[in-house]
Amino acid sequence: MLRWLLEPGLFANPSVRTALVVGAVVAVVSAVAGIFTVLRGQSFAGHALTDVATAGGAGASLAGVAPLVGFIGGGVVGAGAMDVIGVQRVKGRDIATGVVLGAATGLAALFLYLSTTHSSATGTTQSILFGSIFTVQSSTVPEVAVLSAVVLLTLAAIGRPLLLSSVSPELASARGVHLRTIGLTFMVVLAVSVGLSAIVIGSILSTALLIGPPASALKLVRRFGAGVTLAIGLGLVATLLGIVLAYDSYYWSSSHRGLPVSFFVVVVVVAEFVLSSLIFRWRRARVPVVVHVVVADHPEGWH
Amino acid sequence: MTLEHMSEEGSELLRVEDIDVAIDGREILTDVNFRIDHGEFTGLIGANGSGKTTLFRVILGLQSPVRGRVTVHGEALSRSNRSIGYVPQKLLLDPDMPIRARDLVALGIDGNRYGFTRRTRADHLAVDEMLSAVDALAFADRKVGGLSGGEQQRVLIAHALVSRPELLLLDEPLANLDPGSAQEIISLLHQVARQQHVAIFLSAHEMNPLLPVMDRVVYVANGHVASGTTEEVVRPDVLSALYGHHVDVLRVHGRVLVVTGPESDEGSTRADHPELVVE
Amino acid sequence: MTNAWISGTIVAVLAGAVGFFVVLRGASFPAHAIPNGAFAGAAGANLLGINPLFGLVSFAVMAALGIGVTSRRTRNDVATALSLVLMLALGAAFLTLSTQYEPAINALLFGEILGVSSSEILPVVVLGVCCIVALVVLFRPLVFTSVTPELAEARGLNNTLIETLFLVVLALSTALTVPVVGALLTFSLMIGPPAAARLMSSRPSRAIALSIGLALLTVWLSIAGSYTFNLPIGFFVGTLGAVLFLGARLWGSRRARSLRLVIA
Repeated sequence: MLRWLLEPGLFANPSVRTALVVGAVVAVVSAVAGIFTVLRGQSFAGHALTDVATAGGAGASLAGVAPLVGFIGGGVVGAGAMDVIGVQRVKGRDIATGVVLGAATGLAALFLYLSTTHSSATGTTQSILFGSIFTVQSSTVPEVAVLSAVVLLTLAAIGRPLLLSSVSPELASARGVHLRTIGLTFMVVLAVSVGLSAIVIGSILSTALLIGPPASALKLVRRFGAGVTLAIGLGLVATLLGIVLAYDSYYWSSSHRGLPVSFFVVVVVVAEFVLSSLIFRWRRARVPVVVHVVVADHPEGWH
Repeated sequence: MTLEHMSEEGSELLRVEDIDVAIDGREILTDVNFRIDHGEFTGLIGANGSGKTTLFRVILGLQSPVRGRVTVHGEALSRSNRSIGYVPQKLLLDPDMPIRARDLVALGIDGNRYGFTRRTRADHLAVDEMLSAVDALAFADRKVGGLSGGEQQRVLIAHALVSRPELLLLDEPLANLDPGSAQEIISLLHQVARQQHVAIFLSAHEMNPLLPVMDRVVYVANGHVASGTTEEVVRPDVLSALYGHHVDVLRVHGRVLVVTGPESDEGSTRADHPELVVE
Repeated sequence: MTNAWISGTIVAVLAGAVGFFVVLRGASFPAHAIPNGAFAGAAGANLLGINPLFGLVSFAVMAALGIGVTSRRTRNDVATALSLVLMLALGAAFLTLSTQYEPAINALLFGEILGVSSSEILPVVVLGVCCIVALVVLFRPLVFTSVTPELAEARGLNNTLIETLFLVVLALSTALTVPVVGALLTFSLMIGPPAAARLMSSRPSRAIALSIGLALLTVWLSIAGSYTFNLPIGFFVGTLGAVLFLGARLWGSRRARSLRLVIA
């Protein structure tokens, strides 16, 4: 089975090696940022950031700048805008945000079209929207590493106040945690994570890597710490397996047309989610409902 | 815990001086004055909407008063006041939130600490100790979201106490409990307060369950406050002055009933005085 | 070019009308998901070399019915996001396998004013007219079940049936809209004008007329702009949609303010 999975030349190929490293790093960052995102119910904010990141990446590409700059820049601007407008806790049903994001998508359309017609580079649309991990420049790798380290360190540093404010803003507030500052810091961290994963999986699909593995993990564990570990594991599996399968797919048909990494990553993420949902339901069906009988000691009169 | 403020009974812990509070221009409370001493059990009694939560927010530093000041040990409030713990009425929680009761209590120790902290053995022991004190060990490892109201409350109390505050604020802890559970919580609080040398300040709209344990009452009505022992405060003359119209106080079998008089105008109804409901 | 105007007009009328009910029923998720499904269908048809309209319609209807079936149970934010993304990924995969990647993907995602060819214009018109007729017939029951489903049920209307019919009409309208404005901008066109219309009028008949009018305005301006400046139509649709909505918001708040002044 392993031999089927690892087509010849997989590890010898330098771009694959780079992809595996970058992919692994991004998977870890996405999982950690993602678990807080899901915990805080901010999946839609994450999705909104990807739309703005798309416009940013497309714009950067047009300007001849590295897409990573555009992805992150666009995301950070989006995070700031959302904080100003106050949409941190907005649910996906909100129409206003959806319509305004339409403008971001429209901008992306414009930039992508202009860059396709005005430059000789091909495949810009695919790489911006659906990822370009096999064509990542080796110069980008240290940038990705540094930014990932910054994200992880920041999350570790604000981890406990962030967790407490996600569980209960009231309790956090009473303990002197500045909810607004934490919220904004997290949004910016999230924007950077989204930007980083856009390189691997494309801006449009990066939501999957952000919230999929954490959501799957949360269905299976009880403790937060275990949730983080499992989310990282699931994210790594999805990304690395996605890369391997994408490489292999070149050999599957005689036309040597491979499928994009992002496609496989999304498929694995969805499979993980379906599986964990099934396990969750199966577990819940097995355990009998515990009826809590509270035996109240009624003291006679007042003591 | 600061050693020079060890809980000497009778020494002042919290003082609220000449506080006026307004929200959006509307006056909520005027001329509030009272103090709480170490180890005291104080009840904040008032109807729904009388300003109890607002007063708590002022004490916690979350709401600025228009006038007056709050001091703890004679010093002004700071945002993350280690001396005051807070138990909100209820946690609005996603039942799937991956936080066990134990974890929530642990966050009471370091939930506001930035930086890279590791929990020590001492921390874990403190958590266990507090869970035991509130009788929550049985469900310590269950998700907080899946606990009943009463169980959650114990966990919240443990969360607030684990950082060893000197004053514990509880926002309407008895509101959604049946009389039996309410009694349990009151006994628990009374016991824990003694063990942990903590002063208790809890708000309620019904004072009768608290009568056996209250050292002091802060009675809020009509935007004003009267404080003192129950005998000093729960009297027709004091309460009438507070409400602004005639009020009778009946004592029946050790319970207190505050009743509006026949010439009550201003349309005050039973709904304004829930303590009129006979137990 | 005439094809562009014809298909654009039909699409605008449909988007304005169907979108009105999408907003009324709070059906954001289907409005987001079905275009992505249609995209996958078109990409698949492209790969198989069959008529893209067939792919669009079949996948859109499947997605709609799928949503209808699962909407009974509680919907999870994460589950919805993942299903949206899965369909996009599927479409991308289909396109990668075909030979015409770059032009096809831009057209399907961001729109193409010449997206409807002469051979397709007739089925488009027929389908479009069918949907419009269906909406006219279902108008009152749709309004009733959208606003107060319990009362509607009490009066003998079958909520499930109406919901299913609505989703099918939504799917067909989406299938027609995606080739013109693009899968990623279909949501904008279906939500922007109706949401703006609702801010300007609360009477259903007036609001739906406004919604159709604004959608027509959006599409016509977008076609004109795209043709004149040789830029993707999706850009204009997205920008105009947001501008219209924000404009209506401002207009609505100014009207409320002036009303407050009158009363006070």
